[in-house]
Amino acid sequence: MAEAHPVGFQWVMEAKRKGAKVFHVDPRFTRTSAVADSYLPIRAGTDIALLGGVVRYILDNELDFREYVLSYTNAATIVSEDFSDTEDGDGFFSGFDPETGTYVQDSWQYEGNEGSSGSGHTAKERDSASGLEHESHGAQVDGDTPRDETLQHPRCVYQILKRHFSRYTPEMVERVCGIPQDKFLELAEAWTRNSGRERTGMLIYSVGWTQHSVGVQYIRTGAIIQLLLGNMGRPGGGVMALRGHASIQGSTDIPTLFNLLPGYLPMPHHADHPTFDEWVDSIRHPGQKGFWGNAGSFAASLLKAYWGDAATPENDFCYGYLPRMTGDHGTYQQVLNMIDGKIKGYFLLGQNPAVGSAHGRAQRLGMANLDWLVVRDLFEIESATFWKNGPEVATGEIVPEECRTEVFFLPAASHVEKEGTFTQTQRLLQWREKAVEPPGDARSELWFFYHLGRRLREKLADSKLPRDRALLDLTWDYPTHGPRAEPSAESVLREINGYDVATGRPLSSFAEARADGSTAIGCWIYTGVYADGVNQAARRKSRHEQDWVAAEWGWAWPANRRILYNRASADPDGNPWSERKRYIWWDAEKGEWTGHDVPDFEKTKPPSYRPPPGASGTEGIAGDDPFIMQGDGKGWLYAPSGVLDGPLPTHYEPVESPVRNPLYGQQANPTRKMYAHPVNSVNPSPPEGHSQVFPYVFTVSRLTEHHTAGGMSRTVSPLAELQPEMFVEVSPELAVERGLAHLGWAHLVSGRAVIEARVLVTDRLTPLRIEGRLIHQVWLPYHFGFEGLVTGDSANDLFGISLDPNVLIQESKVGTCDVRPGRRPTGPALLDLVADYQRRAGIGPGHNAPAVTTDSEGRERSDS
Amino acid sequence: MGLRTFIEGWPVYRQLTGTDPLGRGAAAQSARSAGLTARTEDADSVARSVCPYCAVGCGQRVFVRDGQVSQIEGDPDSPISRGRLCPKGSASKSLVTSPLRQTKVRYRRPYSTQWEDLDLDTALDMIADRMLAAREQTWEDVDTQGRPLNRTLGFSSLGGATLDNEENYLIKKLFTAMGALQIENQARI
Amino acid sequence: MIPDPNSLYGPLDPAPDAGWSSAPPRMGFFTDTSVCIGCKACEVACKEWNGVPESGLDLLGMSYDNTGALTANSWRHVAFIEQPRPAGHRTPPFAGTPTDASVSAASAAVAAGTSKRTGTDPGVPTGTPSAAARMAGGGPVDVLGAIAADPTAANPIAADPTAAGLGSAGPQFLGMPGAQPPGRGTGEEGRTDFRWLMMSDVCKHCTHAACLDVCPTGSLFRTEFGTVVVQEDICNGCGYCISACPYGVIDQRKDDGRAWKCTLCYDRLGAGMTPACAQACPTESIQYGPLDELRERAAARVETLHERGVPEARLYGHDPNDGVGGDGAFFLLLDEPEVYGLPPDPIVTTRDLPKMWKRAGIAALAMAAATVAAFVGGSS
Repeated sequence: MAEAHPVGFQWVMEAKRKGAKVFHVDPRFTRTSAVADSYLPIRAGTDIALLGGVVRYILDNELDFREYVLSYTNAATIVSEDFSDTEDGDGFFSGFDPETGTYVQDSWQYEGNEGSSGSGHTAKERDSASGLEHESHGAQVDGDTPRDETLQHPRCVYQILKRHFSRYTPEMVERVCGIPQDKFLELAEAWTRNSGRERTGMLIYSVGWTQHSVGVQYIRTGAIIQLLLGNMGRPGGGVMALRGHASIQGSTDIPTLFNLLPGYLPMPHHADHPTFDEWVDSIRHPGQKGFWGNAGSFAASLLKAYWGDAATPENDFCYGYLPRMTGDHGTYQQVLNMIDGKIKGYFLLGQNPAVGSAHGRAQRLGMANLDWLVVRDLFEIESATFWKNGPEVATGEIVPEECRTEVFFLPAASHVEKEGTFTQTQRLLQWREKAVEPPGDARSELWFFYHLGRRLREKLADSKLPRDRALLDLTWDYPTHGPRAEPSAESVLREINGYDVATGRPLSSFAEARADGSTAIGCWIYTGVYADGVNQAARRKSRHEQDWVAAEWGWAWPANRRILYNRASADPDGNPWSERKRYIWWDAEKGEWTGHDVPDFEKTKPPSYRPPPGASGTEGIAGDDPFIMQGDGKGWLYAPSGVLDGPLPTHYEPVESPVRNPLYGQQANPTRKMYAHPVNSVNPSPPEGHSQVFPYVFTVSRLTEHHTAGGMSRTVSPLAELQPEMFVEVSPELAVERGLAHLGWAHLVSGRAVIEARVLVTDRLTPLRIEGRLIHQVWLPYHFGFEGLVTGDSANDLFGISLDPNVLIQESKVGTCDVRPGRRPTGPALLDLVADYQRRAGIGPGHNAPAVTTDSEGRERSDS
Repeated sequence: MGLRTFIEGWPVYRQLTGTDPLGRGAAAQSARSAGLTARTEDADSVARSVCPYCAVGCGQRVFVRDGQVSQIEGDPDSPISRGRLCPKGSASKSLVTSPLRQTKVRYRRPYSTQWEDLDLDTALDMIADRMLAAREQTWEDVDTQGRPLNRTLGFSSLGGATLDNEENYLIKKLFTAMGALQIENQARI
Repeated sequence: MIPDPNSLYGPLDPAPDAGWSSAPPRMGFFTDTSVCIGCKACEVACKEWNGVPESGLDLLGMSYDNTGALTANSWRHVAFIEQPRPAGHRTPPFAGTPTDASVSAASAAVAAGTSKRTGTDPGVPTGTPSAAARMAGGGPVDVLGAIAADPTAANPIAADPTAAGLGSAGPQFLGMPGAQPPGRGTGEEGRTDFRWLMMSDVCKHCTHAACLDVCPTGSLFRTEFGTVVVQEDICNGCGYCISACPYGVIDQRKDDGRAWKCTLCYDRLGAGMTPACAQACPTESIQYGPLDELRERAAARVETLHERGVPEARLYGHDPNDGVGGDGAFFLLLDEPEVYGLPPDPIVTTRDLPKMWKRAGIAALAMAAATVAAFVGGSS
């Protein structure tokens, strides 16, 4: 955190001053480790084993915050007797379908809900990354569930959890992660001590956690711990994601993602959502508790915002205009399709996949096989010049005179040259004022897309084709200003907020959304950001003039709420858990919830409220159900649906690993998304042979001095000089093993690429003892590329493409490689070296490890 | 003005009158030094902004003089950052004023080995034509069972997470209305 | 031992002494290295505000320090020191992991020999072996006398890194005579403790500033805030100040010949603002304020750290009785000053001037007066 989010880290230092203990877990000793109270080196890709060890420690010692767990989580809920665990299935839950490599989730459901809840077969969900839909809400489950408040029922979640993690002992943590037992216990003791009415603990992760083939389950494990310790919805608690880009939260809220529409509404699927009603029902799931009961209003209001007068209840608000998914249309599938010549054009909008995405060579080869490419950026980044300066030009794979891609580079406006909102990592929208005009041809995306849209509509104005109606009926009449006709960002924000169609009055809350076409809302979770016609995101009341919650600085979704699920900061009766941790509480006299923040609960629903039998939607949420977006109002220790690779997190080895999974016969996540494309060879891992060809673990991350793919830092002199060269950090032990000299050169080889880097031999890296073997890890920054003031080979070139099944994010935080002293070969000899390694590792083009691991005799393990 | 006001106006002959006999302080101050002001003091305008790098969302104040950014520093009012910035945020002025910034449209013709110039308006028009052509060539009305698809997989987009919400909103809205499905973002990466 | 306090030595409030009769309180920096996270925001914020040019694109191999030293083009410099020593971690960071010996001083020092010129002429050259050798702890290690003379000739690996390890019979580490290759050990010397010290260095704004005392043009002057500033409109690039500085801070910029260093943001101070580096610092490692207040705060901080089991915390440059009369920019360190590249006992290089005056008597005083008169002529 000190490394990548230094200014956010001031609050950790502040907490430290007040006596907080800081534990830091990282494969390499970083600037965060330097000021932490304890540092735990870990083998990259084994976090579930570590966190699972903490879960076991809590349950075995009964250190959970029992009152919280009983009332606010699904610990007492009883699960179907059809369910069987990975402990019984050697790494598989019940319901695995080897044909598709996905689960049928019926047996995971709560008792009595088998078949009536959940997603059923999840192959389609994986392709459409449907896990992302749950960013704002829980997955589907029926409201009425059988419970055992004594937690003794063998199939209640508490007992299942206990059995599932029973083998995640300190000894196992040491074997899998390389973390000595006493260090693990130090962490577990400190974490569990900061739990209960008086105390909380916080889990902070950076989004490298998401870049694993089991990334979602990493975060699930953290969430289980925080629920067991009663750390959710309370001040000083929570699971905090440190996201890495100024508005990456906004980019999922108002997504430019293939599978989502604004506000986490799913993009329709051709088979599942043929009609508007079926689409809406798939979101609101009739019978379910919670706020998604209003999905019809959010959906109709979005279409109304898109298509205005043309959208009527009679024509289902132009639902037919929406394009339909048929499977995986994600960025990695796209790149492979580019290589195969299936995609003609590509827009890159402030994005540099030639450096920033996994498997850089595939990215560049894909771009070299387009008809046209539009790059909008501040600088001539690598993705704009791959055709003349890319590494494939040196190897002869891209010959400029033979590369047909037509490239348009359009300069973009910087953050001070346009106005608009960023959504930062805590869901806070902050409006930026414009300081100056952009130089020359530089323009905002708002300008570019508004005028591009205008022009497209002009060109099609006389079209009679049905397909063009969606474009021609689109509301696209934003006011412009200035000599360059810049569209008004405030008018767009007003549409995002939503308005009453008849009067144009901006809405104050998503509770005002209607399904009859009387409201138009661009992104329902943002409703309120323009309440009373005022740009709430532009609020800048000084921190000196308000309390510590600072509710009048910017605006947080939803409803300017700063801590989600904050009903849980009070006990079941509505009283603060303690004076120290007072945040939101029930004021019996006034008959309403009150406190420091906007209560995340119906304001006047008393703690004693119990829903009538059969109630659904918001009516079904009891007065002590804080998790109001969940189908049962509870925090989920066990996820009966919504997570595709299991209701509980399970340690699987990374896709590329030098060791056999010590916990299960199943080596890696069996549901991961794999691409057997010729360009995508995956290094072998046990029990496959030849894994020793790539004996070292490598991991990549950020340096304080650089930003992502370097487009905004390697181009900036005062940053470039601070970290001027690509380097690799190795331990003294590995330096000796491989003959690496400090500041000399080394090159790293994977099944995809070979890159070179200067060597930093440092005590900050350590070998680990895993299953009695010495495992070396090396670390690389991923900021470097071939353009800019400072250049170097790109670490992401080393990675192949394997994705998490829930969100289709790639595993780009851990892989295997070989490390050799000296510089890499150049020209065609470089390809020969990679080919030689592929041959020695026995990996042909497109090699993937099997999804289901067979044992050493080659016998296919039977699905349980 | 701050602390210096009460100092200003001291006579230059003070060395000779004895307070600075060695000529190392008040007497040695040059006219330039005496006239120094912080350039933020005489900015024409100050914009309240937000750092464009990571997602912490530190407040920035952007000082403008004669139409140019003259300084960017932390906003002390921000409850998030309390006026502080990391090295990247501190380099924001160098970012937006970098001599490496490309301010002209660049065009690379198929099979060419170099960039050429192109007018912005022409570029916009050419891009629109190419989008429509790709869409035309790859349009899918229905699937094999006659269910609607209404889409093109002929072009795609990968958007940065440093774009504004308003920008992402228009991008998604326009592409969706064109039937373009393959719209992706750093959030997938 | 200590000569009588006077304008050139001993405790003193420097601004009134330099003729500022109604001077505001003396302002300065307290840099608390115990909370520094080495982010280098100070380096960048300083460059952005003061328009300081680039100082070279060289990987120095001194941990994450690629700035190397305070120079004319780097007025803040964050030093990084990697040490196999306890750091107050509850359990040593590498206890229980299969480590061998720590990386040697030599490995860092050899690396430093490969750095290129940076276009400045600093008091402490960037990337000198002695500076780099600090990384491994235990103070300046003169392991590389030969290399210091001619780095490229003495170290074929540094000169030709591609040769490293290639074709050798076994693991070769640097080829340094007497340097213990890391990891070669028996395991008894396995490294378990580790700490990573970071420290943002800056001009000390001495109470007795030799740079100022020797400046023949009056370019260097004492401001009303008690700070020491080079006036760029006056400096003629004579360079006397460079050798006078006991800390090796002040430095000449090659392309314009003038001397440059931290001004403690003299222009911002005048506007009642905080210097750029202190304003940016995320963790309040760099604190700015009236020196008296800072000294009190620093003393309290040391006490707190001692109570929390960090006995090695100590102040540097805070003492008005030290060889420079105390620094306007002082530090809380977690090791000996040498480890950070700071002189252990700096003494103003003009200390002996008064002694000489006494001995020379009236004649010398008359000469000095004449010299002063010459200064006046030069600076008016």
